[in-house]
Amino acid sequence: MTPAKKILITGNEACGEGAVTAGCGFYAGYPITPQNELTAYMSKRMDECGRVFIQSESELAAINMVLGASLTGERAMTTSSSPGISLMQEGISYLAGCQLPAVIVNVMRGGPGLGNIAASQADYFQATKGGGHGDYNMVILAPAGVQEMFECTYEAFDIAERYRNPVMILSDGIIGQMMEPIEVRYPQKSVDPDKSPWALRGCKGRESRSIRSLFLKEGALEEWNRDLQRKFRTMEAKEVRYETYKTGGARLIFVAYGTSARICRAVVDKLRQEGVKAGLFRPVSLWPFPYKKLKGLDKGTTVFFDVEMSAGQMLYDVRLAVADDSRVLFHGRMGGGVPEEADIINIAKKAVKRK
Amino acid sequence: MKAFKESILCAGHGGQGIVSMGKLLAYAGMQAGYQVTFFPSYGAEVRGGTAHSMVRIQYPEAIANPVITHPTVAIIMNKPSLDKFLGRIAPGGVLLYDAAAAEKIPEKTGVTIKKIPCTAIALKLKDKRVANMAALGSLSKIKGLFSLQELIQCLPFIFSGKQDLIEKNTEALRQGFNEV
Repeated sequence: MTPAKKILITGNEACGEGAVTAGCGFYAGYPITPQNELTAYMSKRMDECGRVFIQSESELAAINMVLGASLTGERAMTTSSSPGISLMQEGISYLAGCQLPAVIVNVMRGGPGLGNIAASQADYFQATKGGGHGDYNMVILAPAGVQEMFECTYEAFDIAERYRNPVMILSDGIIGQMMEPIEVRYPQKSVDPDKSPWALRGCKGRESRSIRSLFLKEGALEEWNRDLQRKFRTMEAKEVRYETYKTGGARLIFVAYGTSARICRAVVDKLRQEGVKAGLFRPVSLWPFPYKKLKGLDKGTTVFFDVEMSAGQMLYDVRLAVADDSRVLFHGRMGGGVPEEADIINIAKKAVKRK
Repeated sequence: MKAFKESILCAGHGGQGIVSMGKLLAYAGMQAGYQVTFFPSYGAEVRGGTAHSMVRIQYPEAIANPVITHPTVAIIMNKPSLDKFLGRIAPGGVLLYDAAAAEKIPEKTGVTIKKIPCTAIALKLKDKRVANMAALGSLSKIKGLFSLQELIQCLPFIFSGKQDLIEKNTEALRQGFNEV
């Protein structure tokens, strides 16, 4: 058997390669486990491609360098893990306020505080409900494997530019550090910052532009916000992504993303072998959350089982979609704990027996 | 090709090449056309801390969960890891451990236990670090998942083509294979 040409790399490296292939021209980052392979990979690859890599003095500096690079029309990215992403929230709000594209990657680790270096999913609220100040949203993509780390990152740059808004990849330490074979089958993109409709690169021969998030004139900020909100509604309508696995005729539907979704897919197969009609709904866009698609799977008696590496954060969105809390189960592990298949199976079987 | 599923756990302390062992198996699996996932786990400071890596290799079904709780094959290189993982090996599984980790370990029903002098082989080759490859050589004989030749061919991936390291590790693989 001759398999297709594949390379064995970590999720972190695949993310970096996705960015390089998407034409990322500027990267700034500060090392933090469990995303170090990503910064290390970019230090090598960006240099090879003649692009800019900066190991910044802090995460705060990194996000503001990204804002500066984005102002010049370059495709810009920064990556970090939970504590570092917290430091970046002001900059993310400014990017959204200035309507500037950027890609931010969070390879989540255990928190709160400095936490630990194990995988976690406890930054869902921060990512999807606005970690920084002001009324803003951003598309949040949650890859569940190494191939998707590449693909989501590759696509994130296009989404960011389409709406002139930051996009976040919300991954975790397991997806970041695990290795899987991937196929790199996307064309290398080239970006011409001179053609960027917002870039500030000198205005000789054209009208001057300004980019800001400060609007002091009466009513101006409200008007600006109305424009932003119209953009967010379009994003909500157009950027929903999800995957279903064996949900047809399922009585019990798991809802999980990232690593938890991988675990639940194994659980679905085991439960099916034991005669329990189980399925999996995996949101790929955590914002916009696929409320309608999830609601559409509800047959009125369907049990939904949300599994996360957190105390239950996406759970609120699942409850909102299903609108009947009595049919929404939850199992989560915190602080770097990983849900075990056997525990999930026990809870699922008890619930199905009860119904 | 016959359908199969193996979940392999490599464990020891930082510096024993636990991550390289897992990577080599995953790479060999990919080269053979199987489904593979590899997941490393180590402390913040690698050398000295405990380390393990988890490799799933199967065919033809795609791999869902990369995290392994009950390995079908455990390759254990130090005593603390033996204490931690012995009870978790799946029924019908195989445990291969370095003789330097423990003189004797309790029998476990339904688990095939093999003690291999991995560190002794490595010391004979004047490089303690190649004990991991001696273990993989023995595994090749015991499990037959990959032939000795298949493993040797994958060494350049792990050692980025560094010829002296490849030669030394090839020899460790061979001696581990012949030990069983």
